[in-house]
Amino acid sequence: MEHMGIEPDRIHYSWISSAESTKFVEVVKEVTEKVKALGPNQHFAKHEAKVA
Amino acid sequence: MSEYNDKIKEISARLLKECQVDMVIGFRKGSMPMMNEPCFINNAEDAAQLVWDSNCGINLANYLTNRKEKIGIIAKGCDSRNIVTHIIENKISREQLYIIGVPCQGMIDKHKINAMFEGEIQDVAENGQKITVTIDGKENALEKADVLQKNCAVCIHRNPVIFDEMVAEPVEEQKDVDRYADVREIEAMTSEEKWNTFEELLSPCIRCYACKNACPLCYCPTCFVDESKPQWVGKGQDPTDVRTFHFLRAFHCGGRCTDCGACERACPVGINMRVFTKKLEKDSFEQFGWEAGLTLDERPPLDTYRPDDPDDFIR
Repeated sequence: MEHMGIEPDRIHYSWISSAESTKFVEVVKEVTEKVKALGPNQHFAKHEAKVA
Repeated sequence: MSEYNDKIKEISARLLKECQVDMVIGFRKGSMPMMNEPCFINNAEDAAQLVWDSNCGINLANYLTNRKEKIGIIAKGCDSRNIVTHIIENKISREQLYIIGVPCQGMIDKHKINAMFEGEIQDVAENGQKITVTIDGKENALEKADVLQKNCAVCIHRNPVIFDEMVAEPVEEQKDVDRYADVREIEAMTSEEKWNTFEELLSPCIRCYACKNACPLCYCPTCFVDESKPQWVGKGQDPTDVRTFHFLRAFHCGGRCTDCGACERACPVGINMRVFTKKLEKDSFEQFGWEAGLTLDERPPLDTYRPDDPDDFIR
């Protein structure tokens, strides 16, 4: 995905066990923060249908 | 390489005459210069149609998928690696095949040659490392090394990795080639630059799917692009859909692609979609030490688990 030009901070992988609720909350907070900092995604989004 | 011709004809005729195989898959002269076409030869008399030169870039492993008969197949380095992949993926069995190995010295890039000249090319002849292009009755001499397909120029597996009979002595493999210069160039870019590079690269794409049809790895009965329930990707020319297609296709080839160049060769508008497959090829090599199709004895990285798999991207 990064190679395609998607900002690295937009993509997150994490392995969280069902018992690790604290880690889950931490990761979600971190991901949300990073993605908010990047702003809305402009790539891989269809803005409007093209009309011939 | 045209010196292999007689030997290829001789072996093919022999195999068919002795009924060792039901057909031989090879190349015959196409109706246009630089366009040899794949052909299925069913009887010994027709073996004379077979040719071999620097225009046999199509990957013949593509025609083996789910075949039932005994097949003789003419295989250069990359074809043989794709045959191995086909066997590993149970698309054909080794016992069904008689592989006629051809040491390859690279195929010529028809897009490049077409772009070099104005006017219609009437004939392209080769003699060793010299290529003669005839346009309007005028001959132009080229060095083969200058017009090699991009993947052939950086190929390090020219000799077949699996064969029953070779048509000639193995050729010397290329050494000290920088295989991933183009990928590194893209890796060094910022996200925005990468995005724009691919935007430009894919802008001429007409979604004809020649790349996936020429690819020996693309053998799914229904491709994801053709599915409608669910519809994974839009079917039009929207840049997002075009990109999704190329991107997903490359991913489906991850750890399987041999960089045979069939996709790029087949493209009517000359898109170098190998930049996607090559990135995955590079990753497979760097992270798993894997090069597709070199051996029948090892499973590919994406269908095995090892405790030492690199996983730094997971937190």
